[in-house]
Amino acid sequence: MEMNQQKPIIEVKGLTFEYRSHDEADLIALKEVTLNVSKGEHLVVIGHNGSGKSTLAKHLNALLLPTAGTVLVAGMDTKKQELLWEIRQTAGMVFQNPDNQIVATIVEEDVAFGPENLGIDPAEIGIRVTNALHRVDMSDYRHKAPHLLSGGQKQRIAIAGVIAMKPACIIFDEPTAMLDPSGRREVVNAIRNLNREEGITVIHITHFMEEAVEAHRVVVMEDGQLVMQGTPREVFARVDELKALGLDVPQMTDLAAELRSEGIDLPEDVLTVEEMVNHLCQLKSKN
Amino acid sequence: MSIKIQELTHTYNPGSPFETHALKNINLTIEPGEFIGLIGHTGSGKSTLIQHLNGLLKPTSGSIWIDGTDITKPGIKLKDIRKKVGLVFQYPEYQLFEETVAKDIAFGPANLNLDEQEIQKRVKEAMEMVKLPYEGLKDRSPFDLSGGQRRRVAIAGVLAMKPDILILDEPTASLDPRGRDEILDQIKTLHRQQQLTVILVSHSMEDIGRLVDRIIVMHQGTVALTGSPRTIFQQAEMLEEIGLGVPQITHLMKSMNQRGCALPEDVFTVEEAKEVILSYLRGSQHA
Amino acid sequence: MLKDITIGQHYPTGSLIHRLDPRTKIIGTFVFMAGLFMIRDFKAYLVVMALLLMVITGSKVPLRYVLKGLRPLMVLIMVTFFINLFMTRGTVFFQLGPVNMTWEGLRQGVFMALRLIFLIMGTSMLTLTTSPITLTDGIEHLLNPLKRVGVPAHELAMMMTIALRFIPTLLEETDKIMKAQMARGADFESGNLIHRAQSLVPLLVPLFISSFRRADDLAMAMEARCYRGGENRTRMKALKWQQADAAGLVLMSAFMGIMLWLRWY
Repeated sequence: MEMNQQKPIIEVKGLTFEYRSHDEADLIALKEVTLNVSKGEHLVVIGHNGSGKSTLAKHLNALLLPTAGTVLVAGMDTKKQELLWEIRQTAGMVFQNPDNQIVATIVEEDVAFGPENLGIDPAEIGIRVTNALHRVDMSDYRHKAPHLLSGGQKQRIAIAGVIAMKPACIIFDEPTAMLDPSGRREVVNAIRNLNREEGITVIHITHFMEEAVEAHRVVVMEDGQLVMQGTPREVFARVDELKALGLDVPQMTDLAAELRSEGIDLPEDVLTVEEMVNHLCQLKSKN
Repeated sequence: MSIKIQELTHTYNPGSPFETHALKNINLTIEPGEFIGLIGHTGSGKSTLIQHLNGLLKPTSGSIWIDGTDITKPGIKLKDIRKKVGLVFQYPEYQLFEETVAKDIAFGPANLNLDEQEIQKRVKEAMEMVKLPYEGLKDRSPFDLSGGQRRRVAIAGVLAMKPDILILDEPTASLDPRGRDEILDQIKTLHRQQQLTVILVSHSMEDIGRLVDRIIVMHQGTVALTGSPRTIFQQAEMLEEIGLGVPQITHLMKSMNQRGCALPEDVFTVEEAKEVILSYLRGSQHA
Repeated sequence: MLKDITIGQHYPTGSLIHRLDPRTKIIGTFVFMAGLFMIRDFKAYLVVMALLLMVITGSKVPLRYVLKGLRPLMVLIMVTFFINLFMTRGTVFFQLGPVNMTWEGLRQGVFMALRLIFLIMGTSMLTLTTSPITLTDGIEHLLNPLKRVGVPAHELAMMMTIALRFIPTLLEETDKIMKAQMARGADFESGNLIHRAQSLVPLLVPLFISSFRRADDLAMAMEARCYRGGENRTRMKALKWQQADAAGLVLMSAFMGIMLWLRWY
């Protein structure tokens, strides 16, 4: 890779995974997936339910182990039992349901849970908790009970809990699926800040296409395989293919495609309202 | 079947330090066969309001008339109301409990003391309405189905009571785009074919704009606005002030206008926008 | 209704008593209970009352709030009172059919009811002044010496923490499922006992399933955050004995001394 000479932080090679089920034939959830993620990258994975997104995510911090192929996290093979805790500390994970990942009855205790498991010195934990809460803008809620918070706030606590472990990379498994629009905005902003300001590598699984627009790279999964990848512009320009997979495209890209089919001279890769306005005004002034 | 709400007020925990005014003097009329979109920020009172419509919550003051009957009067048989007003909660698949799909859907009709033949007929019809194959799925355990299918089983469980009014609280939450579109299309078909009155609670302005006849906007326990999508989405500033937005397409039209391009602002679907922009661009070519 | 239960709830005020080491408070509570069961006559209750008032004032928890905790247990207190009133032999002062009330019974009834009331008030002071997580922390530390004989101290404490964490979530969930089934015509309120038990199936099955799902999710989330039991685990807030704790223990020893003295002399 030219943008980054270093070794990728995550290397997935020929990853195949089969769910063992007792009555029917084994279910193949991932088929020979190969994917590298470089340090500092913001990668979005899209695909509909059952396409293998979550199964892939769980391989990246050794919650699942490959049936075939390898997964390396910062060069560590997830199959090596003795590296398990180092791998999980390097690649943190935030899950879909905000209620089911908070352990403690007080916000700060929950954020401290990860560092405590790592056996970190109490004074250092206190500092990390303060910093982590600050980064997700939840410092005011330090002594509150998590069940009284909104969904977006709970997810930010979950994110703080991961940041406090100082991971190099965080995997977000549909963190906004159960949130309302304002909660979704809060969480998406927090994710972006972590990537842009803290340089944390982000792997974000979602089916909200708007959340993919700002990523460095988008990967599309279908039936346990990677079927498309590229910059958001490159991927969303393939409107028909995405629709055939049952996925959304940003509405502006959709509109651009519709207008192009009527012979209007618009680029394929329009993503945002602002871009659309600019293109249309240019077209108008040409006439 | 009409709904008339007069001076409805609901206060949680009156007289305690936790007192909250969830609804304040709501006055609303919903005509038979209307398709209503109910929108509002989390905590605006939407959930409290819909739970009043089938008697799950009792008003602190005010009255609710369903089809000419005041359901807040003492001595009213709640079963009769729940037969008329079907309420599908958020994540309804979590309420499934029976061994088979058919038995679960039969729970509602059985509570209405219908005879076995009628119950089976309704189960079959309800499954057809939500496009679940009756023969293939009726004897399966609901817990073996996919998330989207489970949700449709739960919706069928309410439809089998043959309500005249169907209320759905965010029926597409957490579904992928394909699952979302399937459910929304089925609701639309039901509304059209069975002349059901539908109240849809949703956070997606795009879905609301595409589907409903009339929008009710809730804010801090009151009805802030009501009107057709066209009139409501013209109030973009007001909507944003109360934490809501407008569909992206409407946003595009507004931005175009601000740049001095005269486009109608009451447009909110991709199809409409395509027509409007085409005639705008072509119109100028011939001018 | 469920919201009215104040037993086991935490009432944060930041008072000196709140800041005591949980171990002091747990030991203190046990001493209090032991002392209470040594009492033979009413005199000693004055000491108990004085101690309780001192602790309640010191904790800055409103007395009214503490008394509210008695409400859900009123039935138990009344039953205790009446059983003693009717079942104790002695001088009858009131007779109605087969029912005899005796002076001895009245004394015994009041005596037992008071013991129960003080017991509830005393133990609720522990939970009112100690956050659940600190409480479990204290229990874990106190059980630690028993690890050698195979008591899983850390695991027990973790289970308690998680249970406390999920109680509000599950109460909310119960309410939601109940409403959803009522919307489908379910009736949880009428019918005979058997019918009512049957009507709980549509509530309990989804509740169990969702609890298992939550447990599964939580286990995965905990693993992802490197949880591997109590080994090598540190705590952000290490428990520390302070002077106030020593003072607390001295006070409780004095209480015990008085109780012993009143019993034997």
